[in-house]
Amino acid sequence: MSGYLSDIVTGGKSLVTGLAITAREFFRPVVTEQYPWEVPTMTPLFRGHIELIGNEETGEPNCVVCGMCQRACPSVCISLDGKKNESGKGKVLTRYILDFTKCSLCGSCVESCNFNALRFSRDYNLASFDKNDFTMDLMKRLEEQNRCKR
Amino acid sequence: MTVPVHLRHDETFVLNLGPQHPATHGVLRVKLTMDGEYIVKAEPVLGYIHRMHEKMAENGTFAQFMPNTARMDYLHALAFNHGWALVVEKAAGIEVPERAEYIRVITVELNRIASHLLWWAAFLLDLGGFTPLLYAFDDREKIIDLLERVTGSRLTYCYLRFGGVYNDIDDEFVAGTRDFIKRLRGRMPRLYHDLVTHNIILIKRIKDIGFVTAEQCRRYGATGPVARGSGIDYDIRKNEPYSVYPEFDFDVPVFTEGDSMARYMVRMHEMEQSMRIIEQALDKLPGGPVMGKAPKVLKPEAGYYYSAVETARGSLGHRLVCNGDKNPYKLKLRSPTFSNLSLFGEVAEGMLLADALAFMGSLDLVIPEIDR
Amino acid sequence: METSIWRALLYLVGILAFAGVNAAWLGWCERKGAARIQRRIGPCEAGFAGLLQPLADGLKLMSKQLLVPQGVDGIIFRVAPVLAMIPAITSMVVIPFSENIGARAMELSVLLLFALASIGMIAILLGGWASGNKYAIISAARSVSQNLAYEIPMLLTVITVVLLSGSMNLREIAIDQQGGFWHWNIFRLENGHFLTMWISFIIFFICSVAETNRAPFDMAEAESELVAGFMTEYSSMGFGLFMMGEYLNIVVGACLTATLFLGGWDCPFGKTPGVWWFVLKIYILIFTFIWIRWTYPRTQIYRLLNLSWKILIPFSLVNLLVTAALIKVF
Repeated sequence: MSGYLSDIVTGGKSLVTGLAITAREFFRPVVTEQYPWEVPTMTPLFRGHIELIGNEETGEPNCVVCGMCQRACPSVCISLDGKKNESGKGKVLTRYILDFTKCSLCGSCVESCNFNALRFSRDYNLASFDKNDFTMDLMKRLEEQNRCKR
Repeated sequence: MTVPVHLRHDETFVLNLGPQHPATHGVLRVKLTMDGEYIVKAEPVLGYIHRMHEKMAENGTFAQFMPNTARMDYLHALAFNHGWALVVEKAAGIEVPERAEYIRVITVELNRIASHLLWWAAFLLDLGGFTPLLYAFDDREKIIDLLERVTGSRLTYCYLRFGGVYNDIDDEFVAGTRDFIKRLRGRMPRLYHDLVTHNIILIKRIKDIGFVTAEQCRRYGATGPVARGSGIDYDIRKNEPYSVYPEFDFDVPVFTEGDSMARYMVRMHEMEQSMRIIEQALDKLPGGPVMGKAPKVLKPEAGYYYSAVETARGSLGHRLVCNGDKNPYKLKLRSPTFSNLSLFGEVAEGMLLADALAFMGSLDLVIPEIDR
Repeated sequence: METSIWRALLYLVGILAFAGVNAAWLGWCERKGAARIQRRIGPCEAGFAGLLQPLADGLKLMSKQLLVPQGVDGIIFRVAPVLAMIPAITSMVVIPFSENIGARAMELSVLLLFALASIGMIAILLGGWASGNKYAIISAARSVSQNLAYEIPMLLTVITVVLLSGSMNLREIAIDQQGGFWHWNIFRLENGHFLTMWISFIIFFICSVAETNRAPFDMAEAESELVAGFMTEYSSMGFGLFMMGEYLNIVVGACLTATLFLGGWDCPFGKTPGVWWFVLKIYILIFTFIWIRWTYPRTQIYRLLNLSWKILIPFSLVNLLVTAALIKVF
């Protein structure tokens, strides 16, 4: 019987405490960010899909077609081709395709690159109705970026 | 010929809980044989999100499996990272710098708090309380922001590397973590305990419900908060220490009741203990590099390797077989929730549907980790 | 009271408008209230502060296909949502909004309200049963046992009010409480009734939360157990009508509480009484409903029945006896 009554008293008290807490929260300011109107600041380490880094002066990709990124990728998203450099030694990049549908943004490719040729982009609005939109030609992307720079 | 339902003497019926159901938090299916609202038999059906992670490990290099680890237990991804890193480091004999070990502990414990906060929120959602979810997410958001600063991702972290970590932490992270601990300690008594833990409705709902005995835990191999709620004092961080855990002073909360409330309390206390570990680690944080010397291509010697870590849900074991090649010959994962879920069938027998779902919530299931 | 056709039409339109506006915008209030408690903004895109949201929701619901799954009991399945809505609207006929505003002042209006409230429960039972869905049937069974359990203490506490006022006419009960808050049934000073009446009020309020199937007593639509309970198979406006019915039940519950215990249209400070006081009171009560819903976790069906049979019914019985004794003594 005493348990019965004490349950009612302590229980009732706990319910009133609960109401008091939510009432107080009711009058406190909102903590959520209103996404399309407020955009959160991106951290420097943000991992978007990858993109090629161009040479500061020429705008040509830094890539030497060593294929490390291709080998490091766990999901086989990267395919690239190069041809022999006609003016000097080494190879130049002719094609760099990223299949973003398979990418898990692990960043192994960027880490494996020893020539400062890859980085994460800052794009986050990656939504589309078409799967083909995510087969990205990174060479084309770099060219566009170079054009914008100019 | 099938007998119409109303003519059958046996009045039980089968209720398919899931694979799409609000309470299963993923694609778990439980085949319940019910008598009215009482469960006669419960049979979890797994495999709806089986992704062959163990096989994928065999097909790639050691480093290529790292992103996969985060996708099993997406709520405590760093512990899975840690487990994989530990077993490969053991196999390949890689040394980890002390600073990296400290950073690993700090981030893994932060992630553990985030995981427990999310469990708390989802558990309350199972019990029909929506508001606590948002309060917990408010706090969890702070952890995720902190971890995003150092790891670059928000949920499926791929932060640990063989021989260290991907990125050093900075002063801002340290200050932010200290602020966060202060904030969570300030909010804990009111928004977590006064609003929820002491609430009579919650107490009546989960106290003395879903008893799991220590014997059952041993039989099914349940670990983590489930075992610790049943009086088994077992935490890999204490019992088989790894990394730099022995250097910290922390307790392993153990409750002997074995009901859902005990598991609830274990997790609430664990958050406090994790905060203690983080504080000590931040105080002692040594300088130096965060990446040790590790060969680019790993070729561990042939042999069997095993290592275990304590995740938020229990002990995670990696059994690695190497044959001297650059990819694992075989990998077997012993994931905690698979064993914890196995309890459900036996314990849920004779329970009410609502109680069984509260019990399932208290097990803290993460389905991708069960199916792997 | 004169009975012209114009009066009847006026009240018909008025009540339908009141019911419609409440059914639609209480959804908005609920979402805004929940959002503020959880420190969010809530609906804010459609119109100023999201005020057009109910219209958008309504349009969306209406544009959806009204699915009638195979194997359901077609007629009952279609009738149930309507049946959820009608008694709630009909109840408003006997509610006195102020001394002069009220469609009909019947002698047995309290009894009529309870009779109508029970039909609402039958709608849930029929909807759940006709759906032929296991979750829906469990939900229907739950809601029946819940409503039966909570009608008893509710009626027992209402009897204390009826004893005090000596009438079952809501209008008479409200008139009996005029003249400031110390005359209201809940705080009634004369003859020491304040000793028992606040208990009556609390019991009545808990019961009305349970009767309207609101959290923490929303056993019938416990979404983490029963998906959506009796509404699982309903789509489009079938679902919409159930939702509107739920909100209208809240309005009726709040009106009843305000009339029985809080003096109806009376001003708390003994100043000019009027319909605005009544409206203020019911919205405060409705806000309390929302506030409670977003604070507590859900109970469990057996705890709920325990609460009724072991706590509320004994307390309300004792309460009734004490009230009767007080009336007898003084």
